[in-house]
Amino acid sequence: MKVTILQFPGTNCEYDTQHAFESLGATCEIVWHKAESLPADTNLLVVAGGFSYGDYLRSGAIAKFSPVMKAVTEYAKKGGKVLGICNGFQVLTEAGLLPGALKRNDGLHFISKHHTLKVENNNNIFLEKLNNGDIVNIPIAHHDGNYFIDEAGLADLEKNNQILLRYTDAKGNIQNPNGSVSSIAGICNKDKNVFGLMPHPERAMELILGSDDGVKMLEGFLAS
Amino acid sequence: MTAIVNVSLKTGVLDSQGKAVHHALDSLNFKGVNDVRVGKQIVLQLTETDKDKAMAEVTKMCEEILANTVIEDFKIELI
Repeated sequence: MKVTILQFPGTNCEYDTQHAFESLGATCEIVWHKAESLPADTNLLVVAGGFSYGDYLRSGAIAKFSPVMKAVTEYAKKGGKVLGICNGFQVLTEAGLLPGALKRNDGLHFISKHHTLKVENNNNIFLEKLNNGDIVNIPIAHHDGNYFIDEAGLADLEKNNQILLRYTDAKGNIQNPNGSVSSIAGICNKDKNVFGLMPHPERAMELILGSDDGVKMLEGFLAS
Repeated sequence: MTAIVNVSLKTGVLDSQGKAVHHALDSLNFKGVNDVRVGKQIVLQLTETDKDKAMAEVTKMCEEILANTVIEDFKIELI
């Protein structure tokens, strides 16, 4: 299992992501954004979190024009598996690989804390180790995590089971920290090979750090 | 030629910053404000001298990078 992790100027979660996947037995390679191709043996491409290009203009807006993004788009179109975490999610929406957009949190504050999420659809490789309705405890750390999509887009997401995770309380009741439409924390594309979420599963790998619920999430990719 | 691009959130997309500013104005006793929208302004110095061509080019820039048309509208002024 080979995980390729993208690194833009300003990315800061690439090593956490590497640590997380290596702890699950995967081999990782960090690829600088100037690369024009991806390692041929890539089984999973991760766009890691951080602040690519300082979030200038909009989060993820400039990263989408990095040389490597052409290769990422081709890889995704061919069915390659792509996971965008936090800023990676923002990059994937800006690049048009995932629908919708992420805007400033409703409360205008940067939010950094553990949050419970409910698994909405597990009929995809990312969440197949979990059951629908399961509650996971995963850290969030973002300023622009307020997911927006118009009503027609939301209906599409619902219909195609593309909503992966919603922000809830520990009992599974909606609890929305940032104003996201329908309390959405993560989605996938129609073909279910491109995944994006604002929470950080790679930071929930060890109980001593507060939660190991990220293990079951990331393990989904290893099984496939 | 100079192009002034104003980018703001679409009508119907909640503008939290606008709301916060509105609230602040209200606290400062400026009561005559119905709504506040916060956007950003991007000023471009162009080499193009033909207005139509410049407008077409800047529109393309807006659609490709300067605005995210999923959530934002843009207005271009050429001077």
